[in-house]
Amino acid sequence: MTALLEVKNLSRSFGGLVAVKDVNFTLEAGRITALIGPNGAGKTTCFNLVAGSLSPTSGQVFFEGRQIDSTPPEIVCRMGIARTFQIVRPMRDMSVLENAMVGAFSWTKSVMEAKSKAYESLESVGLAGKANARTDQLTLPDRKMLETAKALSTRPKLLLLDEVMAGLRPTEAAGVVRVLQTLAEGGLTILLVEHVMRIVMEVASNVVVLHHGAKIAEGSPAEVVADQKVLDSYLGAGFHA
Amino acid sequence: MQKRFDGGPEIKRWLAGAMVFIVLAFVGSSADPYFISLMTIVLLFTFLGQSWNLMLGIGGQLSIGHALFVGLGAYSVGVLYVKYGISPWIGLFLGMIIAGSVGAALAWLSFRFEVRGIYFALLTIAAAEFARIMFSGWEFVGAMQGLFFPAPTGAIEFSMLRGGARFYYFVALALAALGIIGTELISRSYLGYVWRAMRDDEPAARALGVRTFRHKILVISVSAAAAAAGGGVLGLVQGSIFPDSIMGMGLSVDVLIGPVVGGLGTTFGPLIGSLAAIPLNHLMSAIGDNLRIPGLNNIAYGIVLILVVWFLPDGIWPAIVRLCKAIQAPSRLWLPHLRKAEE
Repeated sequence: MTALLEVKNLSRSFGGLVAVKDVNFTLEAGRITALIGPNGAGKTTCFNLVAGSLSPTSGQVFFEGRQIDSTPPEIVCRMGIARTFQIVRPMRDMSVLENAMVGAFSWTKSVMEAKSKAYESLESVGLAGKANARTDQLTLPDRKMLETAKALSTRPKLLLLDEVMAGLRPTEAAGVVRVLQTLAEGGLTILLVEHVMRIVMEVASNVVVLHHGAKIAEGSPAEVVADQKVLDSYLGAGFHA
Repeated sequence: MQKRFDGGPEIKRWLAGAMVFIVLAFVGSSADPYFISLMTIVLLFTFLGQSWNLMLGIGGQLSIGHALFVGLGAYSVGVLYVKYGISPWIGLFLGMIIAGSVGAALAWLSFRFEVRGIYFALLTIAAAEFARIMFSGWEFVGAMQGLFFPAPTGAIEFSMLRGGARFYYFVALALAALGIIGTELISRSYLGYVWRAMRDDEPAARALGVRTFRHKILVISVSAAAAAAGGGVLGLVQGSIFPDSIMGMGLSVDVLIGPVVGGLGTTFGPLIGSLAAIPLNHLMSAIGDNLRIPGLNNIAYGIVLILVVWFLPDGIWPAIVRLCKAIQAPSRLWLPHLRKAEE
């Protein structure tokens, strides 16, 4: 197994507030890693540092051996890292299909190629049947999946998912879990920020736990939930997976 | 199923567009000189509105200083023709290059220093006013006295883009048609998708790999070059160029009234909006002159704008489209073969 992404001593502060403090982790190709932690633990900041939306105060991020921290998000995307946003951002007056096409224009100028890639992306998240719908006609789970499809159209090697399952009912979340598992089986590496512990247990092969901006634990889901520091700071003493 | 997103409605749209232009061509062959010249202005401002609409309606960048680009186009044609007798075709070409470069430079400077959105719009006003004042004091381009084209002889000289009122009507009609076709082609190309994504949400577009910095510069440059072409023809039609009218705030507002009234970001919006707003402006200023109420046209402009924003916030054209769809929907039930053809 080779490391697709390597985060080294990553720190970021906003004024006096240290949001991410000396974090290290690596992502193995073809696996699903989850970034968890209580509110304000620095998960989204960490995520934005990898995606290029923020520059680190210190530390580095390497993708396929190349240093990518402080690289603008559009270039990071073109290198093979796609992300979704916590707040879903469909583009108004564009259909579901057209939304999914935009990402494809990062590697092609052909509208036909973009259309067929967009269909493929929508199919892989189960939205192909709604390709011609307007985005405001979609339900919340569908909109979250559209965000994923938009990201998939950029042909990423690494997919960063920011709380794709927040606000979903268990049955809806189960559908998303199946989609993510299929994508990972297809060779895609996934990093997800997630709150719902039950889902993390189910999909992730590796879990990184952040607390007050620092990494307090890392390992398989079973190892992490047994970790005393994790139980104290995040899950609570009564947690049973 | 997969092919449903293209097909039937597209052809209908092109046919409807072609019909509109056939009707407009007939208008040019009949009618009285006043009507012809009024319609020439309507079509020129349709084209200018389209250039503005491309920038805001598709690219998401607001300009309130489009007079800058219109003026640069008009002066390029004017200076070359009046001073050196060089064909306006070359003037138009040069004007497009100058305005496109000025637009790109303005955009580059602005976005380089993170001046965005409404602040960029203010910068366009400042640039237009700067150019107006500069041209007002520049003797070489006629300063406040302006530039005058020789009176038309009435003979059509295509190589010099000179002719009578009817000739310019068809020039304006060709420009408006080019504008509509150009807007449609751009909207359907990858640029249209990328620009609309950038318009709706810049951070989201960047995350999808859209290099928004260069695309913003590109859309502004294309819009500026188109506005300059319209400005060059506008100067020829008016027969004279003055900095206060061709580069003034008033012209910037005239440019954006058409698309705002007709429908922002739509292909036919600028045409419909100009058709509604400009004759109204002329009518009201004529009535104002008769009744000795100066500025009645501006009051009417204001009232129309308020009414449109109040009742049809997305413009006249989207309202027409909605109405047509509402009428068509039940009739389709009787024509199952039509629905099949669409699938």
